[in-house]
Amino acid sequence: MQPLRPTRYIGKSVTRLEDRPLLTGAARFVADLDFPHQLHMRVVRSAHAHGRILGITTTEASALPGVVAVWTAADLGDLPPIPIRATAIQGLPPYRQPILARGRVRYVGEPVAVVFAESAYGAEDAADLVVADIEPLEPYLDVCRAPAEFAPGLTSEPTIIRKGYGDVDAAFQRAHAMVALDLSVGRHSAIPMETRGALARHDRARDVLELHGAAKRPHWNRDQLAEMLSMSPARIELYENHVGGGFGVRGEIYPEDVLVCVGARRLGRPVKWIEDRREHLLSANQSREQHHRIRAAVDAEGRFLAIDETLLHDQGAYVRTHGARVADMTIGLLLGPYRVPNYRAVAHYRLTNKTPAATYRAPGRFEGSFVRERLIDAIAQRLDLDPLEVRRRNLIGSAEMPYVRGLTALETEVILDSGDYAGLLEKALVWSGWQAMSRQAAARRAAGEAVGVGFGMFVEKSGLGPSEMVHLTVHADGTVEVVTGASSLGQGMETAIAQIAADTLGVDYRSIRVLHGNTNRIAFGFGAHASRVTVMTGEATRRAAEAVRAKALAFASELLQRDAAALDVVDGTVVAREGGGPSITLGQLAAQLAPASGSRGDREPGLAGTAWFHSKHMNYPYGVHMAQVAVDRETGGVKVERYCVAYDVGRAVNPAMIEGQIVGGLAQGLGGALLEEFLYSEDGQPLSVTFADYLTLTAREMPPVAVLITEDAPSPLNPLGLKGAGEGGVNAAGAAIASAIDDALQVAGLVARLPATPQYIRSRLRELEGGAA
Amino acid sequence: MDKHPLELTVNGSRFTVEVEHRKTLADTLREDCGLTGTHVGCEHGVCGACTVLVGGEPVRACLMFAHQAAGRPVRTVESLAAGERLHVLQQAFTDHHALQCGYCTPGFLMLIVGAFERDPDIADGELIEVLSSNLCRCTGYQNIIRAVRSVQDQLRGRA
Ligand code: FES
Ligand code: FES
Repeated sequence: MQPLRPTRYIGKSVTRLEDRPLLTGAARFVADLDFPHQLHMRVVRSAHAHGRILGITTTEASALPGVVAVWTAADLGDLPPIPIRATAIQGLPPYRQPILARGRVRYVGEPVAVVFAESAYGAEDAADLVVADIEPLEPYLDVCRAPAEFAPGLTSEPTIIRKGYGDVDAAFQRAHAMVALDLSVGRHSAIPMETRGALARHDRARDVLELHGAAKRPHWNRDQLAEMLSMSPARIELYENHVGGGFGVRGEIYPEDVLVCVGARRLGRPVKWIEDRREHLLSANQSREQHHRIRAAVDAEGRFLAIDETLLHDQGAYVRTHGARVADMTIGLLLGPYRVPNYRAVAHYRLTNKTPAATYRAPGRFEGSFVRERLIDAIAQRLDLDPLEVRRRNLIGSAEMPYVRGLTALETEVILDSGDYAGLLEKALVWSGWQAMSRQAAARRAAGEAVGVGFGMFVEKSGLGPSEMVHLTVHADGTVEVVTGASSLGQGMETAIAQIAADTLGVDYRSIRVLHGNTNRIAFGFGAHASRVTVMTGEATRRAAEAVRAKALAFASELLQRDAAALDVVDGTVVAREGGGPSITLGQLAAQLAPASGSRGDREPGLAGTAWFHSKHMNYPYGVHMAQVAVDRETGGVKVERYCVAYDVGRAVNPAMIEGQIVGGLAQGLGGALLEEFLYSEDGQPLSVTFADYLTLTAREMPPVAVLITEDAPSPLNPLGLKGAGEGGVNAAGAAIASAIDDALQVAGLVARLPATPQYIRSRLRELEGGAA
Repeated sequence: MDKHPLELTVNGSRFTVEVEHRKTLADTLREDCGLTGTHVGCEHGVCGACTVLVGGEPVRACLMFAHQAAGRPVRTVESLAAGERLHVLQQAFTDHHALQCGYCTPGFLMLIVGAFERDPDIADGELIEVLSSNLCRCTGYQNIIRAVRSVQDQLRGRA
């Protein structure tokens, strides 16, 4: 008899468990849900960037048939402002956003009043009739200018963050050379295709407030809402439905989430709010807007002696849930893969009269990689060296791992856990055919075209702790249920988690059902962000599955009269390793372990297990981006002709899904590098409020992308060696594109800001021609 | 505003509804016909999440009033699968990982189905043009293009 072998799922590009309802129209996004007798909410928003509220007239709106209530800040009593989650930095609370504007408005789009009506169309009609009388004040829009006043006695610079080590001044004094750059990145945002939405209902039968449409951090949000509404967390349930993309923006607590809850409780009817796209572009978190003044001291071989960095971070109008985290991690993770003996960074965290900012996929790293890799190019130019050679000389060696940075980010110590940076660099050059790519670009330039290649190298971070818990249960029919407090934003986490559970347990991954994002199914959860789910939930799942497998084998060994070590689990059935003999399915074992089962004896009921995974440190995947572009000198338009990404993820659970993450992230990165930007007029009016003004990449602009996934440096921080893959596709896109445009136009340092729009490139060319003349 | 009676034929079924003249086809399909597979991403004709077929042509259901669809057959994503069996394009999407969050997916499916019904021999360059009329924020389009190309081959009997 042939011994049966368990099928392995980790490392295979299996199709996703999530797909069927999404393909057939059966999915349930929050807008697809309705409750009987629900009301519709519409938010009235400020039309001014900065102003004093003199009065808000709601009489006409309230009189409209079908309108149930119209509220302003005065109606909310002492409802606390939006809480801060993610920072140890002091001094931020006075800058939090009120649920509805109080006294002043500070950005166009700020909620000033809210309407509840019988229909969505009717609520919108009524909102148009609310009149806010606002005395305009001078807006503060440019963080390069000295801070202004946020409120009497409060400046618009709540904090300055300092990080560093060594003696930077001394290093500059003995430097062979010094380069200084002034760089900036425009305002972008995640722009998930599904806008935000929330549906709250107070179930009086159970005295429970339900909030549907949760995402990203359901448990934290539940606890915060409980505190804000003076309720017990035991009386609030958050439900995650299908979520149409998150990328950092979706699932934070925003004023609207609080308003639907307050509305549902006070009005005694369910309240539904679905954001429209214009609102989304005015009010969901934005990101990336930063100015960097950076200097490097180097020796004659181009080795870093010191980096001295000043960051001016545009936070927009208020401090939201992330606090100062993006500014903080920008300077905490700026150094990427390089050895920098002395470092000093100062981040000025400044509030402006624009939409509040927070995280967006690879926050602080898209910006930081652009800045750092520009610096490498500038050093190479200055010393007349090959930029790749400058990189090689500065890369941290694999023998130096784990490498203690002496810096913090996301409230953890930065310790690069593993990596062979030089190894990946060489691998990527060969794999992509970089030499040939460069030669062909040079040949085309010689023939008159403006074609160039660009390179960017980066270190990502993933697997943010502190903890994650998983309950795993085998049902009598053999179905395995995995319950996690993490959540899904459409990235395929159910499939990845199922693959890990399947391999550990010895079942088909399709027999696994992964439940997530529902606070009433599990007591703890830390959500989906910071590329943490595969690592944290993945390892907790592996541990829970180990425990259940051991339980199953122990029981089966008694029933089958075999040594447990001689048994294996193959496709959900416990069999003898050498083949033949009796067998029993996991479902049958689960049935016999049911609490009322006569065969259970004194054994613990249920074929189930719970496991925690705790991690104090993040782990650090790393990669390389390579771009080939053609620039139209006349129009300044850039066509990305080809793109390659090599990324080491430690261990690839589902390579096709990782590739999908990388290519999808890259589309956002290329958008940020070339097209996407929220622009404001001089009086603070946002100019990018539709998809006609805020341009994202379409299939036409997307280049062919080659992806190389490597597993050279498994993380030592978890047994499977997993690292996260959510953000590597975005990270160095700005860096590689900037470098490629410089190369195409043969002007070092031409791109000093992103996005490098056609207008920007034309103006830089004119500027540089003017300067040369 | 007043509601007016309307008869719609969607996926071969007749729906008798009462909606305001200003109500979009997208909202009507979702709210009055219970077909929530058609999604809304921008409400001004750019993202294509709301794409359905009206009289066989891909249409932005957010730009059309429901009353304008009277008397013309409407097809939505719910019409594609035959019971448990996925449409070949749906199967290609899952095989090629052409979806992540899936919010844009119904719009892409209807866009592509419509394009192929109009011209099964649609040229590759034209196909990219067609695909570039809808937005996806997750996939970077590469796998959508792969999926469509694989179906294109099947439709031409080459696979
Ligand atoms: S919702 Fe119709 S095109 Fe975007
Ligand atoms: S799959 Fe998420 S928008 Fe396309």
